[in-house]
Amino acid sequence: MNHHLVLRVVTKILVPVILLFGLYVQFHGDYGPGGGFQAGVIFAAGIILYGLVFGLDAAKQVAPPLIVQRLMAFGVLLYAGVGVVTLALGENYLDYDILHPDLEHHTGQHYGILAVELGVGITVATVMMLLFYGFAGRNFDIKDEDW
Amino acid sequence: MLDFVTEHLPALQVVVPLIAAPVILLYQKEAFAWGWALLTTWTTFALSGLLVHEVFSQEFISYDLGGWAPPLGIEYRVDAANALVIAIVAGIAALVTTYARKSIQAEVQGRNQPFFYVLLLLCVSGLIGVAITGDAFNLFVFLEISSLSTYTMVALGGRRDRRAYTAAIRYLITGTIGATFYVIGVGLLYMVTGTLNMADLAVSIAGMDNNTTVQAAFAFIVIGLGLKVAIFPLHLWLPNAYTYAPSVVTIFLAATSTKVAVYALMRFLFTVFGIRFDFELDSLAFLFLPLAIMGMFIPSIVAAFQVDVKRLLAYSSVAQIGYMLLGISLATSASLTATSIHLFNHALMKAALFMALGAVMLRLKSTIIDDLAGIGKTMPWTTAGFALGGLSLIGVPLTVGFVSKWLLIQASFASQQPWLAGLIVVSSLIAVVYVWRVVEVAYFSPVPEGRVRQEAPLSMLIPMWVLVAANIYFGIDTDITIRLASLAAEALLGGAP
Repeated sequence: MNHHLVLRVVTKILVPVILLFGLYVQFHGDYGPGGGFQAGVIFAAGIILYGLVFGLDAAKQVAPPLIVQRLMAFGVLLYAGVGVVTLALGENYLDYDILHPDLEHHTGQHYGILAVELGVGITVATVMMLLFYGFAGRNFDIKDEDW
Repeated sequence: MLDFVTEHLPALQVVVPLIAAPVILLYQKEAFAWGWALLTTWTTFALSGLLVHEVFSQEFISYDLGGWAPPLGIEYRVDAANALVIAIVAGIAALVTTYARKSIQAEVQGRNQPFFYVLLLLCVSGLIGVAITGDAFNLFVFLEISSLSTYTMVALGGRRDRRAYTAAIRYLITGTIGATFYVIGVGLLYMVTGTLNMADLAVSIAGMDNNTTVQAAFAFIVIGLGLKVAIFPLHLWLPNAYTYAPSVVTIFLAATSTKVAVYALMRFLFTVFGIRFDFELDSLAFLFLPLAIMGMFIPSIVAAFQVDVKRLLAYSSVAQIGYMLLGISLATSASLTATSIHLFNHALMKAALFMALGAVMLRLKSTIIDDLAGIGKTMPWTTAGFALGGLSLIGVPLTVGFVSKWLLIQASFASQQPWLAGLIVVSSLIAVVYVWRVVEVAYFSPVPEGRVRQEAPLSMLIPMWVLVAANIYFGIDTDITIRLASLAAEALLGGAP
């Protein structure tokens, strides 16, 4: 894509904005539309756009597959881990009220949903990236005679 | 500690394998993956034992997830019916993981081996989730968790035979249609009632017999789950998926996944819709019963002509689903007891048979019937295990297969349909034909030249023989299983107030 000057310049301008917007949707999800799932997709779209324009290897340098894969597992563990914390504190699984004593303002619910949504965001973003790596990096190793 | 575990048992039952699965991704070594999966599945099995114990002492356990009270919140509701299914899934998972290592090393590509254990744990979590939840939409979510991991596990067989990929895609498409139909049905029910909690749904739709939306929801849910169950004409995904998946995957799927789907179907038919629902009674009599009978015969006959023994057993599984469906279509307490016990018994026999085949695959690299010549001499323990499992499949007395069929025959007499008993006996005779074909080749064909005695490793023989022993033990001492199965039938029928 070396000759597509406009594409490259626009991408360089857009990618940080997309990533920032992803983070906004992630952390503003409590107050407005959004949340972990949407944020994860937007964040991954930034990386994927970068990969489409500058090549798969460049994207893999920014987000190495090995780390992306570990983060994918980490997101699930973060979500489930919040549940384990509430269990350990003596309430039902994923009952966020126990996380903070201020029940009137539902602060515990707030903390809980923030952590859980972060887990969702991380896992969704990394799964999207891995799907992109998987399809884009696929070499057609199935020869005709193999069938 | 035990109090804590007992109090949060329903949540732990699902969460333990769910949390354990991504941990393997963090440290992808085959030995660690196997050991970790082994620890997890046996823990899950222990938890399911506690759950069964709890259900014997109280009618049902209800757990509010996240502290939100049902019907608004998601409720995990365990009675005898799902405790039985959870125990099947967890027990088979523990034995399969014990058995798996050598077979997976031989059949799955090296770097994919740790991933297999991730998928297995996810699948266990999903299947237990389907069984444990009392929320219709939550059931869909767990159904997808288990199905997606299943499709991938089937595709892992692609190293041995590339047809595994097409089998997996076909399963994916059919399975997704099934799940979509199910969720459409749940959506329609939600439209009418405004609730997703199963117990609450049962109360709300009582007396809505002539509501066409409820009837459409019934049709969508039954067909959707029917695809997952592999009811006779909807079974086309099953034979290829079972044949080309790695042996360990076939063992696990054959013993658990269709069982869980049968449970979900029964839960909807009898607890949510309830047999006072006229539309359902007609469907049971004029749709389920004929399909059950066709299912008992046609796949059995097809099985008798197969050359690949794995495929033969896959068709036999479809036929066995016919028996379960027969119990469902009679819709009495006795017939549901027979179906519930057959869920358990069929899991025992098919797991034992497929484990024997997995051992054959490890040593001979083939399950084509002609290649099995003389394995009675080269692999005596494996072949003996297969033969005993086969006897159980036929329904010979002193095995679990006999218990299932006996109860089913009693149920058909009790329902004033003695001709069904005759059909059950005749279809069992077809099972004699296909089991005999394998036994004949194994014991009475000469050993090919150059083949030496090469028994399967102990790590595979022990789980296999535990299951074979269970086939005989539960065929003689039927106290626990019949008690649990009849409690399950009562829970299914009497669950709706």
